[in-house]
Amino acid sequence: MIKIALAGNPNSGKTTIFNNLTGSSQYVGNWPGVTVEKKEGTYKKDITIVDLPGAYSLSPYTLEEVVARDYLINDPPGAIINIVDATNIERNLYLTTQLMEIGIPIIIALNMYDIVNKNGDKIDVKKLENSLGVKVFATSALKGQGLKEAVNKAVDVSKKPGAPIAKIFPEKINGAIKQISALIKGHVPNKLNYWYAVKFFERDQNALSTIKLPNNIIEEIEPIIQKIETEMDDTSESLITFERYEYIEGIVKQSVVKNNNSTTSEKIDLVLTNRFLALPIFALIMWFVYFISVSSIGAMATDWANEELFGNIIGGNISKFFISANVSPVLHSLVVDGLIGGVGSVLGFVPQIMILFFLLSILEDCGYMARVAFIMDRVFRKFGLSGKSFIPMLISSGCGVPGIMASRTIESEKDRRMTIILTTFIPCGAKLPIIALIASSMFRGSSLVAPSMYFLGIGAVVLSGLILKKTKAFQGNESPFVMELPQYHAPSIKNILNHTWERGKSFIIKAGTVIFIACGFIWFLSNFNFSLELVPPTESILSTIGTIIAPIFMPLGFGEWQPAVASLTGLLAKENVVSTLSIFYGLGESASADAGLIAAISSNFNIISAVSFMSFNLLCAPCVAAIAAVKREMGTWRWTFIAVGYQTLFAYCISFLINNLGGVIFLSAPITVMTYIALFMLGGIVWLTARKDSYLDKKYRYKYTM
Amino acid sequence: MPKTLKSVKVGETVLVKKLNGEGPLKRRIMDMGITKGVSLTIKKVAPLGDPIEVTVRGYELTIRRDDAELIEVE
Repeated sequence: MIKIALAGNPNSGKTTIFNNLTGSSQYVGNWPGVTVEKKEGTYKKDITIVDLPGAYSLSPYTLEEVVARDYLINDPPGAIINIVDATNIERNLYLTTQLMEIGIPIIIALNMYDIVNKNGDKIDVKKLENSLGVKVFATSALKGQGLKEAVNKAVDVSKKPGAPIAKIFPEKINGAIKQISALIKGHVPNKLNYWYAVKFFERDQNALSTIKLPNNIIEEIEPIIQKIETEMDDTSESLITFERYEYIEGIVKQSVVKNNNSTTSEKIDLVLTNRFLALPIFALIMWFVYFISVSSIGAMATDWANEELFGNIIGGNISKFFISANVSPVLHSLVVDGLIGGVGSVLGFVPQIMILFFLLSILEDCGYMARVAFIMDRVFRKFGLSGKSFIPMLISSGCGVPGIMASRTIESEKDRRMTIILTTFIPCGAKLPIIALIASSMFRGSSLVAPSMYFLGIGAVVLSGLILKKTKAFQGNESPFVMELPQYHAPSIKNILNHTWERGKSFIIKAGTVIFIACGFIWFLSNFNFSLELVPPTESILSTIGTIIAPIFMPLGFGEWQPAVASLTGLLAKENVVSTLSIFYGLGESASADAGLIAAISSNFNIISAVSFMSFNLLCAPCVAAIAAVKREMGTWRWTFIAVGYQTLFAYCISFLINNLGGVIFLSAPITVMTYIALFMLGGIVWLTARKDSYLDKKYRYKYTM
Repeated sequence: MPKTLKSVKVGETVLVKKLNGEGPLKRRIMDMGITKGVSLTIKKVAPLGDPIEVTVRGYELTIRRDDAELIEVE
């Protein structure tokens, strides 16, 4: 069995090559430790292809680069196919120079070679091959050219020793590396001796943290480095990077002829990132994405799935079958009301979410998303985030789970954590029914309610960003933002469908597992009492729990047990809020806002308590599936609790303010002690937002940790 | 005060003289190809005034003004 890893820069066409080679035989799994998706697939019997996350360098900066580096160092594949974007050869070869040092046989796939020719540039593959000392294949991932040959060669070289070490560094540095290499011999794996020697020379803490050298060796290494640094008047790290690029420049000069036509990409960017047009065009594109996926086509598909597919076709037919087969009413109720009703209401969102992901994948694949980060960065950094935070938040408007997962591309851990905490404030698709219910029962279906709730979500993001970035955990001002703007290219349908499916799948799996179990559990809690007797919901275990926790929500204006239980079941899936209310107001299962439920809401809430209830449920801890995603991305329970705790506390405060101040202002409720507490709380929030950032110190600006 | 990338106008091409700062940011800037002696062209400024887009080694890179301040140019 031979493992061949595809390694290369982001946007070099790795995934397209991977899909091309492995067809549909791929699967997505998780790396041990950190959880970034890895892809593995079979090319032929006994040949496994591993698609590594994109990396610019083996000195990792993003989470994805850490994964790629750790894989290559700790679990070396038989051979590497280094995918090099031929249209951007200089920077792409930078990774190549590093990959050639880790003792793994390597070949190069010079990808997008056809585009180079189209641009009127020329690359002499033979010359390139000779200078690098590594086999080079011209490939086109999109057209599938040259890939088979490359893999076959990779299989060949995997039986041979690792790549020859290129003569990159000048004699002085080389001498130092040789000295270090001799000193660390025996303390590092033999194959990686050269690589570690370079790393020690660079003082790359990240790579060296795993190697324990005796103190006397460390003391011998340092003067070797310092000597070179004094002689060459620069830090060792800068010298290494500089020499690598010098070496590459030399090779490129010999083998590449460029004509300096402006590329199509540049022409597109003249419009799309134009100083004046960029924002209006961006708004228009987002509106269009939203219009297609959420309000027009998506809404139609979701309505159909909810009412026809799960209501009539599946639920109705199983019902008929159960009745004809004389199945016990308890089982009937469990399957039809509990499981199909519950899971169906979640799966009903699949069409909307799939369309949203489909459109977002197009934007991502063609290169526009990077421009979004470029355009929006200025806005987001004001709240302690980066332009890249926009994408997770946008996806979260469909579903928080993939939204949270999309935070992976954010380099700085601080920004990533902050984005994860804030992203579920944006109302997701599952929260729409809550909004619809309150809008139709309290505001005569006003179309202003939904946008207001989006603004509430955005407001919560902004406010929380301002509050959190001044806390100790998020200290140290903005993180750097150094990002490539990749060339635009026509999106590949295969890639987009793959992407859409992978993301949609995680949502469907959530519905199939967590929510399936949760629905069965809720059904049980709401149909049995503590003596395990079948009872109406109003006498069930759940109603008892509701009565116990209801007082907590008293200050928020909905201290009755029905909304309390609804908020609780909302943790399993936000759609449950509406159906739970429906069940517990004694109206039976109803996933949407029917007349009876609307009447029940109108008589049990006033305008202010209804808004308070809605706001609490939109802002508080997300559903279990999203919490699970938070745990996966945060890595620790501590941060998961911080995230969920903060969200719930924030939601509680906002609802408290709405209920106690809103009541006095709009319903002329009497001023009570609660009003003063609310004013005090408001003052506290304003202070937290506006206070001076005591951790803002120029000195700490760049000392953030991975 | 030495001239940095931050103060370069759109459309100008400059040569990198020195990189200041330390740690992962400096490393990343270098990894992305901004090393001593390389030529940079300022392509444009984002609609809200920050970040900026530069052409380096034949591709487009975006970097914030504050980070561009670390790059001394001539």
